[in-house]
Amino acid sequence: MSTTTEAPTRRGRPTNPGERVAEWTDGRLGLYKLAKSNLRKVFPDHWSFMLGEVCLYSFVILILTGVYLTLFFHPSMNEVVYNGPYAPLDGVRMSEAYASTMHISFEVRGGLLVRQIHHWAALIFIAAMIVHMMRVFFTGAFRKPRELNWLFGWTLLFLGMFTGFTGYSLPDDLLSGTGVRFMEGAVLSTPIVGTYLSMFLFGGEFPGHDFVGRFYSVHILLLPGLMAGLLVAHLILVFFHKHTQFPGAGKTEKNVVGTPLLPIYTAKAGGFFFLVFGVIAAIAAIATINPIWTMGPYRPDQVSTGAQPDWYMGFSEGLIRVMPGWEIRAWGHTLVLGVFIPLMIFPLVMVAIAVYPFIESWVTGDKSEHHLLDRPRNRPVRTGFGVAWLTLYFVLLIGGGNDLWATHFHLSINAITWFVRVSFFVAPVITFWITKRICLGLQRRDRDKVLHGRESGIIKRLPHGEFIEVHEPLSQQQLHVLTAHAQPQPLDLGPEVDENGVERKVSPVAKVQARLSRGFYGENSQIPKPTVEEYEEITSGHGHH
Amino acid sequence: MSDETGSHTDVPENLPSGRGGHGDEVAKPNPFANPGLPPHEHRRQDIDDKAAKHSERVVAGLFTLSMLGTIAFIACFVIFPVDKIVYIFPFGHVSALNFSLGLTLAVALTGIGAGAVHWARTLMADEEIADERHRIDADDELRENVRQQWITGAKESGFGRRKLIRNTMMGALTMVPLAGLVILRDLGPLPEKKLDHTLWAKGKQLINSNTNQPLRPEDVVVGSLTFAQPDGLEESQDDFQQQIAKAALMIIRLKPEDIKDKRELDWSHQGIVAFSKICTHVGCPISLYEQQTHHVLCPCHQSTFDLSDGARVLFGPAGHPLPQLRISVNSQGNLIALGDFEEPVGPAFWERS
Repeated sequence: MSTTTEAPTRRGRPTNPGERVAEWTDGRLGLYKLAKSNLRKVFPDHWSFMLGEVCLYSFVILILTGVYLTLFFHPSMNEVVYNGPYAPLDGVRMSEAYASTMHISFEVRGGLLVRQIHHWAALIFIAAMIVHMMRVFFTGAFRKPRELNWLFGWTLLFLGMFTGFTGYSLPDDLLSGTGVRFMEGAVLSTPIVGTYLSMFLFGGEFPGHDFVGRFYSVHILLLPGLMAGLLVAHLILVFFHKHTQFPGAGKTEKNVVGTPLLPIYTAKAGGFFFLVFGVIAAIAAIATINPIWTMGPYRPDQVSTGAQPDWYMGFSEGLIRVMPGWEIRAWGHTLVLGVFIPLMIFPLVMVAIAVYPFIESWVTGDKSEHHLLDRPRNRPVRTGFGVAWLTLYFVLLIGGGNDLWATHFHLSINAITWFVRVSFFVAPVITFWITKRICLGLQRRDRDKVLHGRESGIIKRLPHGEFIEVHEPLSQQQLHVLTAHAQPQPLDLGPEVDENGVERKVSPVAKVQARLSRGFYGENSQIPKPTVEEYEEITSGHGHH
Repeated sequence: MSDETGSHTDVPENLPSGRGGHGDEVAKPNPFANPGLPPHEHRRQDIDDKAAKHSERVVAGLFTLSMLGTIAFIACFVIFPVDKIVYIFPFGHVSALNFSLGLTLAVALTGIGAGAVHWARTLMADEEIADERHRIDADDELRENVRQQWITGAKESGFGRRKLIRNTMMGALTMVPLAGLVILRDLGPLPEKKLDHTLWAKGKQLINSNTNQPLRPEDVVVGSLTFAQPDGLEESQDDFQQQIAKAALMIIRLKPEDIKDKRELDWSHQGIVAFSKICTHVGCPISLYEQQTHHVLCPCHQSTFDLSDGARVLFGPAGHPLPQLRISVNSQGNLIALGDFEEPVGPAFWERS
């Protein structure tokens, strides 16, 4: 490899053109130093680690297809009369935004495909973010040192929903216009400044001539720009922290076990991008999404039945539908609680999710680094919270589609609404409790498995006639996986009186913290894992029945 | 999973706790200890050259399939006219171009993806390796070093000493964003009383939104729902959307004896009542009418109003009744408004009394 013929100034000039490019780049960007720690960077393997990749790839697909769509879309609310190839709308007045979306769908070759890929990718993007976030939540991957990355990811989800909303509002069709009207009504409910916000947002009275253009710059520039920045920061932190891993043979808090970035992960992750893109392309080929031509252009005095937002807005849609219509009128003003409360619950629930890592670490007093993931069963309270949140989401999703539930299942819409109203408060509590019990049950099973082995299904008859089932002992690897987790003790406030018998002053905050900590790690929240002594005692004897 | 447990079936039923040690393993008192990385297990492709060759062919085949997909994509782009509709089971009538482009693109993309993943899984070295993690936080020496640098920098700036500079700078930095805020003022006009009024005025004729003809009492029959808009409002007008968003009306005819609300009866004309079509919840147009009960339902969030009782809210998230428009007939026998709505239409807001 080394070329000795030339007199090297610093090192020999490589003959390989690829290496020459690398040399050139290294002299300017320090490529080799960067590559040294990253080229063979180890990534652990687990199917759930692909979920984040789905988010990344669908985002890339959204950028690619979105750029294409901007080449044809006219973000203008100027009115035109349609006389394109779609006969049912011939002669109908519509905004240029709607007309150009019709043009993309019916006249640009491949335009419909790209539009559908874009919309499907958006749905998949947000779904993948939520599922990815669930993975991170349930396995405790958000713990130190990854709390900031949890916030980055959370912000991406939050911005993603707004990007989705501004995006599907752009075609200015009857369905999306109804959604924008809903947003305007919600903005109007804001105390004191509602009407001002609405006027500034729409450039006057709804719908005005401005919102498509404004949403356009927010949708294609502002939000994706912020998201691209956050996404890069998110990935840099993944590299910097190194990926988490599940406990297992050879895996510790101090190492990361897996296959290297080059070649395995480059091939797998790179290939996976094409798989995600291919699957979305296939979906876009066979499944129509947002057929704006069947809905017609937006008019504020027209509406179609079964109006539904994209699925990720189902949460807020459910809130707004089941909330009682409370209005407080006094001193010449109206406080529109029936709309404003749902409008506020949505961000409050989101914020609760965002700050959860900090709350958990404060309650449990856990300030140490964690790189090994939790098995959800070993953290029953956290897992219970996660399931409670999901329950809340699905309950409200039912509320958001109450008309569809009513028509498809022949139910009374009043009954559904009342069901959702009650479930909003009750169902999360019930599912929290059930989940916690299931987790504790699984912990007991793990304990039994460690101490008594796996049920083999083999029945053996002993010489004196007794039948026993043979329990097969676990391998050391399995024993390790089932016992590797730490079982923290709840915070202790110490004795109530000090050594002189004087009552110690404990701040109320510390008392709350200790009580919550007992909730997390008290005797009702975890089953003591088997100790080595228990194990030795049982396994040293003969025949365990 | 079954592999894992299966490989241990020949271990005696009572697993010793591992002490005594096999081979080179040192005495391990803890049976739960981390056993370390398991030995690498070879795949068929690692030991069987034929299997490796087969995998190689599969990967190359997938990449070739992708190339064919791209060629097919280009061919479909050229062949199918953009407006050609074909019937394909079970998808129904679909655009030939969209269907073929999407599927060929899917083949072109998944071919690359599946090829790369299969290559990685079957042919690339798959031995797991371990990387060390390093402490993220700095050691004491580094921390002290940075602290000193910071102190030196802060001292050299005189930031802490020259309070006047510090305070005026803070003031300037706090104030300058105000310019950015003020410049947003012209995003829209002030609300003033814009939301309180609609186009309706005394004497304005009710125009049927479907036929564009003035509505006459005899056009409105019991059981039908008619939509109306003010005379003179044309689709081609610049502010049509803003005006119709407030002025849209729905007209029904009730038997006067069915009207329970006295004011509603007073404001009606021979049992014909006119209500705002814009839902008082968040502003959807109401469009579902139940003739038997005289209930109307907003299709967006299912607020239900009783049109025979002052459009009172029966169910759903709306907070107040639909505003009613006073109507009568003019000398030509056409329905007219006797004024504007007496309260703002549509969603409630802070200034609404």
